[in-house]
Amino acid sequence: MSDKFNPRRFGAMLVKESLQIVRDPSTLLIAFVLPMLLLFMFGYGVNFDTPRSRIGLSLQDNSEAAKSLAGSFQSSRWFDVVETGAVSQLSSEMVAGRIRGIIVIPHGFGRQVAWGSGDIQVLTDGSMPNTASFIGAYAEGLRATWAGARAGDRGTTRPPPIRTAARFWFNPELKSRYFLVPGSIAAVMTIVGTLLTSLVIAREWERGTLEAIMATPVGMIELIATKVVPYFLLALVSMTLCSVLAITVFGVPFRGSPLALLVISSTFLFPALGQGLWISAATKNQFVASQVALVSGLLPTLLLSGFIFEINSMPKPIQAITYLVPSRYLIPQMQTVFIAGDDWSLFLPNMVMLIGFGFLFFFLAVRATKRRIA
Amino acid sequence: MADAVASVHGLTKRFSGQEKAALDKISMDIEPGKMTGLVGPDGAGKTTLIRILAGLIDPDAGEATVFGRAATATDRSMIGYMPQRFGLYEDLSVIENLRLYADLRGLPPADRQASFDRLLDFTDLKRFTDRLAGKLSGGMKQKLGLACAMVRAPKLLLLDEPSVGVDPLSRRELWQMVKDLAGDGIGVLWSTAYLDEAEKCDTVTLLSEGKGLYAGPPQALTDKICNRVLRLAVPSEGRRVILQRALDDPAIIDGTVQGDALRLMLKANTAPPTPQSLGLKSGSLFETVQPRFEDAFIDLLGGGPSGTSQLAEHYRKIAATDAPAIVADGLSRRFGDFTAADLVSFSVPRGQIFGLLGPNGAGKSTTFKMLCGLLTPSEGRGSVAGFDLHSAKADARQSLGYMAQKFSLYGDLSVRQNLNFFAGAYGLKNGDAREAIERSIEIFHLHRYLKENASTMPLGFKQRLALACAVLHQPPVLFLDEPTSGVDPIVRREFWTHINGLVEKGVTVLVTTHFMDEAEYCDRATLIYRARQIATGTPDELKALAGKADAKMEDAFIALIKASNLQREAA
Amino acid sequence: MTSIFGPRLAAIIVKELWLVLRDPRARISLILPPFIQLFVFAYASTLEVKNVTIGVLDRDGGQWSHEIIQRVAGSPSVRGIVRFDADAAVADAINTQRVIAVLRFDSHFSADVSAGRGAVVGAVFDGRKSNAAQIVDGYVDRIVAGVSADVHVARPPPVPGSTDVTYWFNPNLDYLWFTIPSLVVIISLASSTSVVSQSVAREKEMGTYDQLMVSPFRVWEILVGKMVPPVLIGMANATLYLVVNPFVFGVPFRGSLLLFYPSLIVFLLAMTGIGMLVSVVSNTQQQAFLGMFALTVPAFLLSGYAAPIDNIPPFLQLVAEANPAKHFQIVTEGLFLKGMPAADVFTNTWPMAVIAVVTIAVASYLFRSRLE
Repeated sequence: MSDKFNPRRFGAMLVKESLQIVRDPSTLLIAFVLPMLLLFMFGYGVNFDTPRSRIGLSLQDNSEAAKSLAGSFQSSRWFDVVETGAVSQLSSEMVAGRIRGIIVIPHGFGRQVAWGSGDIQVLTDGSMPNTASFIGAYAEGLRATWAGARAGDRGTTRPPPIRTAARFWFNPELKSRYFLVPGSIAAVMTIVGTLLTSLVIAREWERGTLEAIMATPVGMIELIATKVVPYFLLALVSMTLCSVLAITVFGVPFRGSPLALLVISSTFLFPALGQGLWISAATKNQFVASQVALVSGLLPTLLLSGFIFEINSMPKPIQAITYLVPSRYLIPQMQTVFIAGDDWSLFLPNMVMLIGFGFLFFFLAVRATKRRIA
Repeated sequence: MADAVASVHGLTKRFSGQEKAALDKISMDIEPGKMTGLVGPDGAGKTTLIRILAGLIDPDAGEATVFGRAATATDRSMIGYMPQRFGLYEDLSVIENLRLYADLRGLPPADRQASFDRLLDFTDLKRFTDRLAGKLSGGMKQKLGLACAMVRAPKLLLLDEPSVGVDPLSRRELWQMVKDLAGDGIGVLWSTAYLDEAEKCDTVTLLSEGKGLYAGPPQALTDKICNRVLRLAVPSEGRRVILQRALDDPAIIDGTVQGDALRLMLKANTAPPTPQSLGLKSGSLFETVQPRFEDAFIDLLGGGPSGTSQLAEHYRKIAATDAPAIVADGLSRRFGDFTAADLVSFSVPRGQIFGLLGPNGAGKSTTFKMLCGLLTPSEGRGSVAGFDLHSAKADARQSLGYMAQKFSLYGDLSVRQNLNFFAGAYGLKNGDAREAIERSIEIFHLHRYLKENASTMPLGFKQRLALACAVLHQPPVLFLDEPTSGVDPIVRREFWTHINGLVEKGVTVLVTTHFMDEAEYCDRATLIYRARQIATGTPDELKALAGKADAKMEDAFIALIKASNLQREAA
Repeated sequence: MTSIFGPRLAAIIVKELWLVLRDPRARISLILPPFIQLFVFAYASTLEVKNVTIGVLDRDGGQWSHEIIQRVAGSPSVRGIVRFDADAAVADAINTQRVIAVLRFDSHFSADVSAGRGAVVGAVFDGRKSNAAQIVDGYVDRIVAGVSADVHVARPPPVPGSTDVTYWFNPNLDYLWFTIPSLVVIISLASSTSVVSQSVAREKEMGTYDQLMVSPFRVWEILVGKMVPPVLIGMANATLYLVVNPFVFGVPFRGSLLLFYPSLIVFLLAMTGIGMLVSVVSNTQQQAFLGMFALTVPAFLLSGYAAPIDNIPPFLQLVAEANPAKHFQIVTEGLFLKGMPAADVFTNTWPMAVIAVVTIAVASYLFRSRLE
């Protein structure tokens, strides 16, 4: 009877919730300032683009060819030659972490080149494996280009029998920001949808206001709905703000449609809010809720969603866990809608998964939200 | 007899992990038009019972019916419920809170304005409709909480400790408001830890540790002990010693100081001791006085503790000096444009009890904190045992024992770990520390909780542990901030026995309390109201200032507050 | 004053340790981070690219395309090959991220190879995952170059000379050799800061703060008492990793433990100093938690673990100098793999000592001045 949906009660609760959002600085802090920080960190602080590596150069040959190759290294945009000298001296620089690689142009290089070969040595700092392999590959590339150009001058070379022509779709300049910034917007929606939502309901339990509300005829569905609607809208506002910043400040292209972005975000917020509601109903304590939301919501979004780390590269058991992380189904959609464009054949299956999780979390949340004080 | 609007029958509730039942076979009726009191100390089960009636907790056994239906399935729009923390949204204004509850309880829009006008008038909140609830004073919050519970005239009004922490004047106003409402045929359940409020109810259920000790009209209970409560005039100098002797006498089962007199309760069917045996001159007379509900409660619990304090027996003698032990000299504290304490001055000689009285938020705690160095005074200075604790070296704090308002020991540490910590905090070395700790465990009966987390003990034991920690190092000065708030009257008696004993050893005690009758124990007290001292003196002087020499302290307090309000309005 | 280590200091250290060990929430923050990090970080947070699926559109079907496809399929980094027969299917597979790359061979590919006309493998990558795409591009390039070298039609070598690349410190470029030393930094950072950031805020929230302040403690005693548990916990976690590592991960530790521990302690003091600042300015555990979160995320991202510091803009590199984790990351990496000598350890330790001194001084100043 009294648990039937009543628009008047619902409206009154909506007004209350909205006033609280507007008047509580900590809500705005979590909904807008924390997201900015995250966006900023991922926009500027994390960068997987091919580095300009600091290297040392050991030039042991004073032939013209050796000097010419050394000059190529010094003027390369991939390398920053910060130190020259003997290998022994450079190697201690590498131990200290000040340089990541050493290019050795050995004694007799000039003679070798004259005979039609000319080998160099590259020593790289294996303690940073990705940088190390980049340096190895780029050094060889640079040397080969140099040798090719010299040979070309004398007309003694011909192209290799097979070469690769690589094209990178959607992101020809390979800017890591293009995938990190849309991914961080997913993290932002997790913060507002799960962390903030779980906090506000736990706060009502802590302050005793929910006790007074539950003694009135308000229905549990109305109660949950009034928590969902405002934070859903707040998360969308936060998402929109971050997207605008991503496009204007961080220069991430937006090739999809705003409508698709809205639909994608909305389907993700369904499980995110459900999870937040569930956490708060189960913990009833702000501090515990924030810890649980962090560990079960935000950390998986950062680590297990494919946002930064490739899911395929993870061991099988961890890959299995990622299927339980809703943001796993969001990240490809966000990256696609931003830098590839609308592709509903990619969106739809992911959306189905998100909606499935949404139903699951809401079911659990409704079950845990009782008109009872334990 | 009218049909009850709500009743509980054989109600039992046990929370998981707890040894004792929170409620043990409780039965009671709430009748329309009557004030039903639900009385008992903290932890007695009052809140659990009210929550069951509000349909927020399922009982394990027995039944709770409201309007003839199970409490969990009844028409909630007809219940007004005010939980302990009022259920107000602090980010919402007065009128926004009212609107919210009006809509939630389905008040017809046509009736809305009339209802708001009536309630705002009634609660005198009309001037503050746009103020955020969080910015209201404690008394105003309480009234707003009541207004929200009343916004649609209920048939059942459940009030969970509506008067806790409010000044006596506001308490009376609140009582009067609710009493008028009950006159309209509403059934009111009023829960309280103040035993004096119980006396005014039409009918009372007395709870202690989940058990119903008594149900019926309060008068019937006090009638049982009529002629057993006596007043004995004593010289103010030795009254504490005489009280101790009286309490050690097997014929006396309870006693308190009342200014320059003692109030004693005789064991049933026993003759009073002679005044001479208590060390009084012959000619002193026992005078029978009207028993109070508290006396009856203590009688039900089997009487109070004896008069000798083990704690004081083992305490060192504090050397006599002429210098005052505590001085407040024009202490003021402002927070922005809000003055929390305004020119508070007093001086307490060694070996006396000085009381800081007043409602919550009046400035008691601010004064207290300035004296012990926790707050920098905006103006003025204070000293404790000759040190200005705000600027003195840390060692000076060695002379202070401090028991904070609310339990403020480490709840996640065991009782023994707390004792060890405070022994170390006050620099007690191995042997001394061990001895002091063992003695405290003995005196305060802490054995069975030694390994448990302090937070899981009953309130009375928490307060005992807090006192034990505050006096481990036997300081000459003791600051006690509401030491007896919420505990049952037996524990209160025990505390005052210790305090009285310590004072006789030369310890100086500064105590705050909102139990007005406890002010009677003080040698002198000052009444703080709206940041200012409105009266200072011995309990009898304060009563005389209020123009009523033998009145209850609370009446004196109210008279002084009213006079102060009048003065303020005139100014 | 009598001896510095009197009953007061002993009491507060013991109390703080018990509080951490008995508080269920604090216990969670002790057990959970090492657990999560060990299992998730060590294995999940890999920037390696493995198990990729690569698409093939082979219009050629000749010897050389077959050879390349075989070698790609046999690469340890590749999980499988998917064959397509139309460009539309290629686009679809990349768009829906079923494959990260597609190799395209024209119908005259093998003929071009045999004729020495310079055949071209068309490779298309999913640029949404620019990092992974780039790495896969590297794999493909190496395979194609290998095949190319086996083509015996070429008379003079296409380009003279070669590059001999040696990976020092980590000859097989095993990614775990990078992850485990970094985890020592991250784990000691996370566990120590989560404990210290709660320490003062909890006393305020529980109401024990006043009680503490009216006792005859000196500010330094309180701060020392509150910093001992997080430092010990950080050390315990780091030690746990050091002990477990040889049995589970087998990453070499080539430096001196006598250099590692002093540097670790300085690092932990710097982190607890920062955490103490957050705790002192917070009024509730909630605020302390959010504050710590807002600080540890940048500390983590700017440590050099998540992404190389060299890549970030100069002003952020300046900010990273104030991040103790950035310095300690160099030390652990150096001591584990490179056998870093004392002088280099010292060079990277003193900036952390400066951070520790400054943050602890400011924290104790704020502690004194925020008494109200």
